[in-house]
Amino acid sequence: MATVRFTSALERFLAAPPAQVAAATVGEALAAVFETRPALRGYVLDDQGAVRRHVAIYVGGEAVRDRVKLSDPIGPDDDIYVFQALTGG
Amino acid sequence: MAERLHVGTRKGLFELVRRDGVWDIVETHFLGEPVSAVLVEGDTIYAALDLVHFGAKLWRRDGSGEWRELAAPAFPPKPEDAGDDPHPWSLGQIWVLEPGGVPGRLWAGTMPGGLFRSDDGGNSWSLSEALWHMPERRQWMGVAGGGQPGIHSVMVDPRNPADIRVGVSIAGIWASSDDGASWKIINHGMYNEYMPPEQREDPIVQDVHRLARCAAHPEVVWCQHHNGVFRSEDGGANWREVTAIRPSKFGFAVVAHPRDPDTAWFIPAVKDERRIPVDGKIVVARTRDGGNSFEVLRNGLPQRHAYDLVWRHALAVDASGERLAFGSTSGGLWISEDCGDSWTAPEARLPPVSVVRFADR
Repeated sequence: MATVRFTSALERFLAAPPAQVAAATVGEALAAVFETRPALRGYVLDDQGAVRRHVAIYVGGEAVRDRVKLSDPIGPDDDIYVFQALTGG
Repeated sequence: MAERLHVGTRKGLFELVRRDGVWDIVETHFLGEPVSAVLVEGDTIYAALDLVHFGAKLWRRDGSGEWRELAAPAFPPKPEDAGDDPHPWSLGQIWVLEPGGVPGRLWAGTMPGGLFRSDDGGNSWSLSEALWHMPERRQWMGVAGGGQPGIHSVMVDPRNPADIRVGVSIAGIWASSDDGASWKIINHGMYNEYMPPEQREDPIVQDVHRLARCAAHPEVVWCQHHNGVFRSEDGGANWREVTAIRPSKFGFAVVAHPRDPDTAWFIPAVKDERRIPVDGKIVVARTRDGGNSFEVLRNGLPQRHAYDLVWRHALAVDASGERLAFGSTSGGLWISEDCGDSWTAPEARLPPVSVVRFADR
């Protein structure tokens, strides 16, 4: 099972604990999490299902390439990190 | 008269209460988060957040005092054949929230130019597809900064909630008389002097900064436009320029007296790239004669080296027409209890203010 981990910055708004999912792509992994936590979806993805501009997703230490269709493959033991891209102000 | 004031800022929502004649902050909400819109309806408060990383969100506090997140307005899936649309099909920011005139109904004006309606007190929202799918919508120009167009003013006719007018930056004024099922652009008589000469009077290029309508005489509408102040006496269709505005004609905010159609308030600034108060003095311009003349009100306002700007929704008048409040980009907040004749500043040093809204209690 892959593990999806969310930035603790989300805890200000809603619960986002690590989740174990069976998935072949980043999109499938996130969809599995959002099935049980639907409110989380809008914090990570925009209205068209693409990764929000100021959100980063890393798998195996690398940023995912496909931020629109979320097609990057994941392995069964991968950690998927979802966190905020830095923005100041 | 209003006894409570909600101030939305770049870093939180501040709630002030008037006690023994003194306004003071009694509660803070969403501290650290950008608040882009606030609506007060009785005991219920709506707050829209513009989270830098995580998108636009909507929260509601009912009489119990508990905040609850609502589903934010969302755009439908973008069709394959919409590829050349210059505007994203994704909510950028909730810019204004207004009551719809019937129980449970709300309107949300947003960037990138979507108008959304709720009929269940904000629990669910639907895009006004008729407005969004109009071919002319692709001509709407974006505002400085974000680059997206936005609906900043939603005026629902108090006599007929199916009659709605929206002000768009930058695309003039659009009206529906059938609950949003169909729309047309209505504004005539404005001009936009930064456009090429042949386009200056085109209704769709009018850079309407904010609209304000007299509640008791809804045919009277005031407009703070990018290059001047305008007044309409037919609900926003035909406009005449109000040239008496002082000390300058540029600004963002305007409010109309709730009962007197001849009274309105503006906060002028130097036009237009500099966007600071004239001579570094913060003033409020008030007309009581339909725009024929203005008084420049400055009692209690900073008159030396003040460089505050006041955004579209950061000026409010209460239902009595006596109490006003405005907040600035430098975090200033001033309240008047005498129609603007004099102003006091609550003890606070706030983040940049995006919106102020009065509540009765």
